Amino acid sequence: MSAGLSVHSVSVQLGAQTILDAVDLTAEPGMVTGLIGPNGAGKSTLLRAILGLAPIESGTVSFGGTDLLAMTRRRRAQFATFVEQSAGTDARLTTREVVLLGRIPFQTVWQVSPSAEDTSLAEAALAAVDMLAFADRLYHTLSGGEQQRVQIARALAQQPRLLLLDEPTSHLDVHAQLATLALLHQRARAGGTILLALHDLNLAAGFCDALILLHDGRQVAAGPPEQVLTPALLRAVYGVDVTVLRHPRNGRPLIAYDLPG
Amino acid sequence: MNQRTLVTLCLSLLALLFASLVLAVTFGPADIAPSEVWLTIGHHFGLLPESPVSRLRDAIIWELRLPRVLTAAAVGAGLALCGAVMQALTRNPLADPYLLGLSSGASLGAVAFLLMGAALLMPLGAFLGAGAAMALTLLVTQLLGGATPTRAILAGISISALAAAATSFLIFWSATGDSYREILSWLMGSLSGVVWSEALLVLAALALAGLPILLSGRALDAFAFGDTAAATLGVDVARLRWLLLGGTALLTGVLVSIGGAIGFVGLIVPHVVRLLTGSRHRVLLPLAMLLGASFMIWTDTAARSLFAPRELPVGIITALLGAPIFLAVLLRYRRIT
Repeated sequence: MSAGLSVHSVSVQLGAQTILDAVDLTAEPGMVTGLIGPNGAGKSTLLRAILGLAPIESGTVSFGGTDLLAMTRRRRAQFATFVEQSAGTDARLTTREVVLLGRIPFQTVWQVSPSAEDTSLAEAALAAVDMLAFADRLYHTLSGGEQQRVQIARALAQQPRLLLLDEPTSHLDVHAQLATLALLHQRARAGGTILLALHDLNLAAGFCDALILLHDGRQVAAGPPEQVLTPALLRAVYGVDVTVLRHPRNGRPLIAYDLPG
Repeated sequence: MNQRTLVTLCLSLLALLFASLVLAVTFGPADIAPSEVWLTIGHHFGLLPESPVSRLRDAIIWELRLPRVLTAAAVGAGLALCGAVMQALTRNPLADPYLLGLSSGASLGAVAFLLMGAALLMPLGAFLGAGAAMALTLLVTQLLGGATPTRAILAGISISALAAAATSFLIFWSATGDSYREILSWLMGSLSGVVWSEALLVLAALALAGLPILLSGRALDAFAFGDTAAATLGVDVARLRWLLLGGTALLTGVLVSIGGAIGFVGLIVPHVVRLLTGSRHRVLLPLAMLLGASFMIWTDTAARSLFAPRELPVGIITALLGAPIFLAVLLRYRRIT
């Protein structure tokens, strides 16, 4: 039994189409686990299925031995959450108010305003993503990258033991990408279980402790980056030729694309 | 907006509502002083055994004006609440019971029950009509390719047109002379001739549907980023949506069965409050109800005073004020349509 996330033989159908076909995966506490694969491989669906946001045909999802799908939404939201790929809104909410949304699962119906603990957790989360200076700005006036970081802060305010993220670096510049992944890395080291979908293979290689490669709704490889990021697997899944080098400083895999010419 | 300004705003709106309730009663052909309003209320609640107010003036205050002003307040509060909830649930800044076809559906249901001889069941007919219109609008929106504000409005307009045509046909078919004129005035939105039983019905519906809606304020906040985000915050999205859409259909049905299709209140009021306080529904919903109540009291007072002794349907005034604001919101949000 895993102390972390354990997905066993999960299948998801959409009409007649099979989106996920008996996928297994584990993600351990203290580690950043990366989910990679081409567009349409089923990464987003898998993340959603784990939190009961996509209807599962068969299979089980548990965390620390507890069935995740059997618990109430509110209970689940108290220890697991998900950061979507892009989250826009027209609501007139300040950055602080958006982060405070993360405290909803802990508040009662009769409570009129957030508690002092809620407010301090929200501020700590904003500080963690380096957005505290923007706390009183209206969310919809922020740039795409800033909004992304605020969404991560919202998730952190939920104090999740399991944090799922779908392409958390997609709107970010290089500096913000690295800062975000470093933050997630640090969260994992503090005991969190982190599972994220990533497109950029070099970021996946550099930051993830374990990788899961999805292709056409199936898991085709899982393990440490150097076992998953091999020329043969990448050729088979992405249809591209690569040379896998070693980073001269940290020894992690470094993907070089074999371009013609 | 900090806590102190918020409390000040809330108290100001409450004061405005109470002042409006009393002052609006004094408006009209018979000149009535605010003190007489208090004395009459006191008398009817048994606090004053002997009222110095004459019986005629007592009747004007207690039988004619008070129920009407209270109904206006409840209708305004209810419409503002429905508008704010629909805007949050459908993530559509243009949503409002009138624009999404609920009011027309409610009118059709009410007229159908009326003409079938079940005048007492008009609120039920209106509720069924509002619910059916809402379901159709949501369905057509899906058929148009999913929810965007413009698609929802187009769907609402088409359902609204359909319901309005059916209503007109029913009236053409069976109503005659005086009843024709009366129904027509009610269709445009009018609180003319409201009596206590109707005032109490509207207030009861407001309490019944309003309380669960107000308590769902925080869950509505979770919808700011869509259904998935709400679900990850522990909200039972499907259940809440049924509860709130059902509540708005019920409330709209009752409001329309009494006051007709009064448009744009549900659009204007939440937008004004949002500009002042932001989108947190715990604050937005009650304040929108307070402002909506005062707004409706004064538009209805204008409706019965401007062309006295003739009554202007109040729906004309709200549309006159609301349509430009609708346009402004439309222009402001053009990028997301």
